Amino acid sequence: MISTIGQVFSYEFMQNALLAGVLVSIACGVIGTLVVINRIVGISGGIAHAAYGGVGIASYFGFDPVLGALAFSLVSSLAMGLTHRKLKDRSDTMIGVMWAVGMAIGIIFISLTPGYRANLMSYLFGSILAVSKTDIWWMVATAIGVILFVVLFYRMLLAISFDEEFATVRNLPVGTLFILMLLITGLTVVVAMRVVGLILVIALLTIPAAIASMFFKDVRVIMLVAVGLGILLNFFGLLLSFQLNLQAGAVIILLAAAVYFGAFILKMSLSKAKL
Amino acid sequence: MTLETLSMNAKNKSLVPSDPIISIKGLWAGYDAHPVLEDIHFEMFQGDYIGLIGPNGGGKTTLIKVILGLVPVMRGELKVWGKSPAEARDRLGYVPQISRSDKDFPISVWDVVRMGRQAPGFRLSSRLSSKSKQAIEKALSQAGVLNLAKRSFNQLSGGQRQRVLIARALATEPDLLILDEPTASVDSQSTAKLYELLAELNQHLSILLVSHDLMAISTHVKTIGCVNRRMVYHNQKMVTKEMLDLSYDCPVDLLAHGLPHRVLHEHHHEDNANSLSQYEEGKND
Repeated sequence: MISTIGQVFSYEFMQNALLAGVLVSIACGVIGTLVVINRIVGISGGIAHAAYGGVGIASYFGFDPVLGALAFSLVSSLAMGLTHRKLKDRSDTMIGVMWAVGMAIGIIFISLTPGYRANLMSYLFGSILAVSKTDIWWMVATAIGVILFVVLFYRMLLAISFDEEFATVRNLPVGTLFILMLLITGLTVVVAMRVVGLILVIALLTIPAAIASMFFKDVRVIMLVAVGLGILLNFFGLLLSFQLNLQAGAVIILLAAAVYFGAFILKMSLSKAKL
Repeated sequence: MTLETLSMNAKNKSLVPSDPIISIKGLWAGYDAHPVLEDIHFEMFQGDYIGLIGPNGGGKTTLIKVILGLVPVMRGELKVWGKSPAEARDRLGYVPQISRSDKDFPISVWDVVRMGRQAPGFRLSSRLSSKSKQAIEKALSQAGVLNLAKRSFNQLSGGQRQRVLIARALATEPDLLILDEPTASVDSQSTAKLYELLAELNQHLSILLVSHDLMAISTHVKTIGCVNRRMVYHNQKMVTKEMLDLSYDCPVDLLAHGLPHRVLHEHHHEDNANSLSQYEEGKND
């Protein structure tokens, strides 16, 4: 049976899910654009997966897994950021190892945690339909934090993203800003975890920005378009998952990926038409 | 010393009789524990226009980066206006190789050149001051790319991108312009125009550029040096046998092309095969 949009969003959990989708899209669209233009998709993936270690430790010791994920995410942002600054192109392997260590710690502690563990799966794969009021407040704070960070430091962020060495010669705080950018990415990863889970978070972070950057040539415009795309993808993904009775996070990501491939083909045919 | 270099030194002296703007004594530098540069001695004075040649992988770019404070000094002394590179580099206009700047980066020409006006330290983004706006416009027009200001940087040709990066360096209002392979991905017509621009700029500021292409720079710069792990520089325009020995070990292709305005010492080489293979090794670095 097909329900109308009005019926679907008359449920409170669907309203919360929709709101969560909007808030997470704002944070992901803005910070995701920085991730894409800085080519630190790999590091962001590492931060997301390493956060699982925090989920495991927190559940074992009986405190909020979100706080555990946050702590691990920030620590791994710092560690991976410093590694990247130090080793540059050779940092890949080291970051991959940290990524694995975080996940392994999570798996061990979760297997040691007694009792019913099914809800821990929600951190891996998301549970947008179970988003709480507290989660929503976290998302509001993160979205505001991300917007403030980018608005206040836009010019410096642009300079270090475009040409780190020139920025260094101009005596800009390249290292500090880069680490700060990763810490905020870490924060975004943790709130986006509620929507699509740690494993798929990287897709939500990068796909809207990647699509937007195919068609627009100004970082601010790309951020705005990425936010808009994220909101639309979350909305239609949610709707589709409800109708088909499938896992929301996975449906959102598959929809995003479909739009990404479609956009890629469109872009290719457009540039061919120009020639 | 030739007459030409004598008269040039006289000109430099009349500009500034005093200290060198760059002074390097017994410098060793490189990455991790591996020195790329060994025992470098070099002095540069205001008004100079120096071209440094040498094979790829010979350390030219590293030398530039040490002067800019991007690569640390391992041993020896390096002073820029009598200070450490980090203290002095806000007076240096750095023009990196364009292949390094991300070609896919979504940014307008104006925003690239505006980076030259970003004040040092931790600053909040703010409205562009009228002084900075003027400096950006002046830099764009000096580099001949004012008409491209609204264009997207990644849609430009190699020569245009190079000019935009020169404009970005000029926007910092530097006293010394440092260019890394400015003609590496530029066609020959644009190359000629680029050197015209640099000669013009040299009337007001000093220029240090490196290139692997001796032919391209030899007719344009005031003095030539050579870097290949070690350095040969005598503040003169002549390409000496010493430089060729250090740089290429084999002058055959130079002779084949002919060298206008240049004196080549007679050059006998017994182990050409060996030295050529060394050059190839350097290239692959």
